[in-house]
Amino acid sequence: MILENKMTNKVIVKDREIVIPGDILAEGLDYLPSGRAFRDKDKLYASSMGLVNIKGRVIKVIPLAGKYLPAEMDAVIGTIVSTGKHGWQVNINAPTKADLNILDASNSYIDKRRAKPSDFFQKGDIAFAGVDKISENGYVSITMKGGMYKKLIGGVTISISPTKIPRVIGKQGSMIKTLKDKSKCDILVGQNGIVWMKGEPEMLFKLTKAIKLIEKESHTSGLTERITKLLGGKK
Amino acid sequence: MGGTGGPDKLIVNGKRLDSRKLDELRPLTIKAGTIPNAEGSCELQMGETKVIAAVYGPKEVLPRHLEESDRAYLSAYYDMAAFSTTDRCRPGPDRRSKEIAKVMRDALAASIILEKYPRTSIAVYVEVINANAGTRCAAITAAAVALADAGIEMRDMPIGVAGGKADDTVILDLDNQEDNFGQADVPLAILPRTKEISLLQMDGHLTKDEIKTIFSMCSKASDNIQKAQKEALLAKYGREKNE
Repeated sequence: MILENKMTNKVIVKDREIVIPGDILAEGLDYLPSGRAFRDKDKLYASSMGLVNIKGRVIKVIPLAGKYLPAEMDAVIGTIVSTGKHGWQVNINAPTKADLNILDASNSYIDKRRAKPSDFFQKGDIAFAGVDKISENGYVSITMKGGMYKKLIGGVTISISPTKIPRVIGKQGSMIKTLKDKSKCDILVGQNGIVWMKGEPEMLFKLTKAIKLIEKESHTSGLTERITKLLGGKK
Repeated sequence: MGGTGGPDKLIVNGKRLDSRKLDELRPLTIKAGTIPNAEGSCELQMGETKVIAAVYGPKEVLPRHLEESDRAYLSAYYDMAAFSTTDRCRPGPDRRSKEIAKVMRDALAASIILEKYPRTSIAVYVEVINANAGTRCAAITAAAVALADAGIEMRDMPIGVAGGKADDTVILDLDNQEDNFGQADVPLAILPRTKEISLLQMDGHLTKDEIKTIFSMCSKASDNIQKAQKEALLAKYGREKNE
């Protein structure tokens, strides 16, 4: 169906406004939906509860809640749940499990005829991996190829809401830098809401508290100072 | 419907027994995010009818043979608490609650974008805490809020509302007496954005004109109910908005 652009084009919502599913965002064909927004004839609507983000002609709705839905190029932290003939099934905190093929298990070349799955991962191991591909019907495959991905040995993981991950990282990584500096722990954050950390047990306890505080009070200002205090700002 | 032993008149001087106008809803309060363990949840009170709804998922489909490769599998569960009625109500699924769960599932499925979640399942649970007519409508309104709270993508937020007839007069949002001793009860689920109807049931006798009046009454009421749904969801994130 070809729609004629007779309507006056106008944005109805304000930037950073909270919308619910079915809320009208804009009228006219000049605007484009992105994220959790969709077009019905000549109007744009929100498809999920979220924050409106207007950038030029693109109107985006960023979800405020919900489970982690994998997207290609995401960096995630997952746990191996089972070993198969050609690879592993990995729990990445998403609705379905992800597949990790044996050929993608390491940054270096793997000879499939000789390699055994147990040489790389066993059930219960934690991996920092990238989402490689998502098939049309929702099969997710992840990969260890790419410089930063690695098997995580030791440490503990905690899970928070994936929508709060940007706050844990902070603007230009300011929050994560504070956390690392103050706790002297290794910290890795997956976009799926899993945080892995390794260090002094006492510090890990404090760090868990701090990350839960960030999740709970992500919308308040002056959070960095409170986190510094919690982790022992004297040092 | 047409029971005996009810009040002589359900409508006196154009007002109903609980002093409501003919097209007036019962007081409605909605609270979102009341169950921390669920992905999304809602507590709804409509007059004396009280329901809680919880949404789990998207998650893996169990049993596996129900899995669909191109869309999510939506399951709905409706249950009345043993203490929700005046006489004790036998707990567990029965004929009536299975039917309501089925129509509720269909009414909600019309608005959820199931194709966004292939090979997963979304489960909606509704528990009636206190029943005073209109529980299936309250269940749909509450389930919609819980689904939005769970961050599930929807084309619209469905609402449930009932119309009916008592003392030969068309009324909106029946309470228990009007339901038991009135002449007709028409539960509807409406998608407020397009005014599409995703649930229509009828118990009793109505003329064509009366049905039309009920449709327009309910469609008008749908905007008010959706406003309450939106307020409940905004209240949960209100603090973030003021940032």
